[in-house]
Amino acid sequence: MSGTASQRVVDQRWQAWQAVDSGRLVLGAATCALVVIAFARTAEVNVAAPQVAIAFGVFIAFGELLRLSLPGGREAAPIAMSAALAYAMVLQIARQPPAAPLAGPPAWQVVAVTAIGMTVGALPHIAAGRRAGFSEMSARLIAVAWVAFTFRPLAGEAMLVKHWVLAMGAMALLTALGWLLETVIAAIIRADDLRARYSVMLTDEMRVQWRLGLAAGTSAIITVFGAQVMGLLELAVFAGPLLVIQLAFRRYAGIRATYLQTVRALAQVTEVGGYTESGHSRRVGRLALVVGRELGMAEPDLLNLEYAALMHDIGQLALREPIPGGATTGVAPFQAQRIADFGAAVINRTGVLETVAEIVRCQWMPARGGPRQPPLASRIIRAVNAFDDLTGGSVDRARIGEALNRLRAETGAEYDPVVVAALTTVTGRLPVSRL
Amino acid sequence: MPGSGEAARQAGKFENRIAVGEEDMGKLSLATWIYVLALVAAATAVLVRVPVGLVSVRWWIAYAVLALVFLIFESTPVFLASRGSAWSPSSASTLAAVVLLGPIGAAMVGAAAVLSFSRRIPVVERLFNGSMYAVAGFAAGVVYAVAGIEGKLPAAELFGLLTRSHLSVPRPAIFAGLIVPFVAAAMAHVLVNHGLVVGMLMLDKNTRSLPPGGAGSSVPLLLSDLGFAALGLVIAALWAVMGPFAAAIVCVPLLVARWAMAQFADQQRAHSATLAALCQAVETKDFYTRGHSERVSRGSAMIAREIGMRPERVEAVSFAGMLHDVGKLGVPTKVLQKAGRLTEEEYAAIQLHPMRGLEIVREIGFLNEALTGIMHHHERMDGRGYPMGFAGDEIPQFARVIAVADAFDSMTSTRSYRQARRLGDAVSELRKGAGSQFDPKMVEAFVSALSREGWKPQEPALPRGHEILTSHDHDDPMSP
Repeated sequence: MSGTASQRVVDQRWQAWQAVDSGRLVLGAATCALVVIAFARTAEVNVAAPQVAIAFGVFIAFGELLRLSLPGGREAAPIAMSAALAYAMVLQIARQPPAAPLAGPPAWQVVAVTAIGMTVGALPHIAAGRRAGFSEMSARLIAVAWVAFTFRPLAGEAMLVKHWVLAMGAMALLTALGWLLETVIAAIIRADDLRARYSVMLTDEMRVQWRLGLAAGTSAIITVFGAQVMGLLELAVFAGPLLVIQLAFRRYAGIRATYLQTVRALAQVTEVGGYTESGHSRRVGRLALVVGRELGMAEPDLLNLEYAALMHDIGQLALREPIPGGATTGVAPFQAQRIADFGAAVINRTGVLETVAEIVRCQWMPARGGPRQPPLASRIIRAVNAFDDLTGGSVDRARIGEALNRLRAETGAEYDPVVVAALTTVTGRLPVSRL
Repeated sequence: MPGSGEAARQAGKFENRIAVGEEDMGKLSLATWIYVLALVAAATAVLVRVPVGLVSVRWWIAYAVLALVFLIFESTPVFLASRGSAWSPSSASTLAAVVLLGPIGAAMVGAAAVLSFSRRIPVVERLFNGSMYAVAGFAAGVVYAVAGIEGKLPAAELFGLLTRSHLSVPRPAIFAGLIVPFVAAAMAHVLVNHGLVVGMLMLDKNTRSLPPGGAGSSVPLLLSDLGFAALGLVIAALWAVMGPFAAAIVCVPLLVARWAMAQFADQQRAHSATLAALCQAVETKDFYTRGHSERVSRGSAMIAREIGMRPERVEAVSFAGMLHDVGKLGVPTKVLQKAGRLTEEEYAAIQLHPMRGLEIVREIGFLNEALTGIMHHHERMDGRGYPMGFAGDEIPQFARVIAVADAFDSMTSTRSYRQARRLGDAVSELRKGAGSQFDPKMVEAFVSALSREGWKPQEPALPRGHEILTSHDHDDPMSP
């Protein structure tokens, strides 16, 4: 038992290593170079205002420790980010002797302190066997470095010192650009990971991240100005509200994950009832997601697609007796339509998943020649469902090839050729067991 | 922070409280009227001290900005279904007023709740909320002032401090000294606020049906209020640098958090609705058990609240009640439909259904304790139940709750072999089984919740001809 388990861990590590692609390598190398130079330059000169550096370093580590999981398997550390950005832009701190006159810590020192803080905060995650999240951390560090290097030369300007509005405007602009930089890097990495289109990933990433980025950036600016009055105490005072705000996001992300879990689990009722083969709904859900991504669907549409794919057979519960083998591919159209309609009615009863219900309702329609053109998600489910009925979840290449041939023979009328082509690509690309 | 109407409306989520609330407002009990009027009187006594003529323009500008921020967040609270409460970060504004404007100013910011933008709030509720926040703000202001001067001050000067009319922006030099008084003020505000709301909930005859601890305040809500209160100090400090803009910039992260919280509440509702819809789908096979899951869920929640479970656990047990029979789908239809006595084998198949249910829902992470309820809902106190044959306290609490609600709904629903029993008969049947089949504590809790909240049994309707009929109900303690 333990032997196979550890073997699996080794396999996973090996696969994870194989999954490191060029994007990640470039990012990793750039980050390492940045950190090494930052340490060297900081060691050359004396550390400016060590007390301040330690306080911000601790805050960054604390924020990194409280990472936030976001929908779609993303991770963010908004508190660490706002602390690091604040350190990059800090002006005066009450009751502290001004570090390098009016200009705060040197940019290299900001990078070094941020790197140390992030690493310390990440250690418990690594120790607990969770993801290290190096690429996210790299993206954050690069964004912080950008803000530090662009803002530091400005910080000494008499205009900014005199007018807080100008200083705030500069901070807002540079932070926004830093956020954009971080998002672009995250999107490149994600597009690599998921083999999805870069433009789609970028808009997805922006849609998910902009609110959190706005909150983190504003919090950084609040920290900078608050510290002028409160001194380092501000970090302690502001930690409370930041925690409560992050808690709101944690709950939101948590319920999203729970929702998906619930639908995944309850979609299995058809299997327990003997209506469908074991694992069918889950396989269709997973494969439909990959195909949808291959076809460039955006994240909200993908979520609807996954829900619909998971629940596409719910309508079979209305049948008096299960269809032999559970395969809906062979049943008469009127029967398939009845199942689809009933499934849609069940989903409609939730009062919230109208799009999902519509996708399920149209899943029986042929790609062409039906009562109307079914939505893309329905066409995907139709093809993927047929594919799974034919292969039964087998990973045998020959069986997969045969199933794809049968689908291809019926493209045009029954199945959407674009969907079948995407299905061919994704099943050919990866070991099917990893889909 | 909680206002009265929000919590009360939520507390009644199982009935149509929102619709009922408005017409009922005129029929408040005498005690409630006295409570509200006393609060209004107290608030008025504070507010008449507003030193109108003496106050500077800067003070009024600061007041207007803080009151506006307060009003925006107070008018748009997020209702949390599971916690029976509402989420609003408005305490940040009141506490900023405590520092900047003094006790009277804080009371005036709180009193702005009377003007809430939300139109559905009846006048009595506006008055209550405004007075409650005014009193809470004043209390916080007094605590802040008293804690700040470290005692020893003649009464006359203390009074002058309370009614101060100048804007007091904290300076860096004295800032460290403000922390302790501020923390004391924040705690005073949270305690007075929550205390007054809980008092209202206990008096209001509409909500008196709630067992203690059922609604109003919860520890997480208290802590999050304290967190937002800390933001008040940040606003006050920023005021020294950027003036009224301080309140605006602090609103940005708060609005983002509000968005996340609203999404959370939406998704939570959607999640429950989806769960219910899928459970209903499982029931379509069997005409007679339609609505059973939903009613068992409601009954389980009634018992759980009655025995004083925390809101999170009430929610969990209601999910467990909803899902308790999901495994029945794994029992072959012909066994469920069979008329007459079951063979050993068929009975074994039925006995397996709690385990099949567990198989399906095991992967739903949040269920945890609810899983035990699903698995053991057919255990009996005397140990003759299934699947494990647990007895007495060995049976998980959730399972003992669900068993009662399950049997009650089964008895009060129509079956193909008998008519539905009257509620009274079913109750005496439950009492008869207390100790042997059911946990007596749960039975009594259910009976007293029943007498208060009532029960909506299955709609008596005749099956339409060729529906599939069940002859044997495994939940029915009186089944042949």
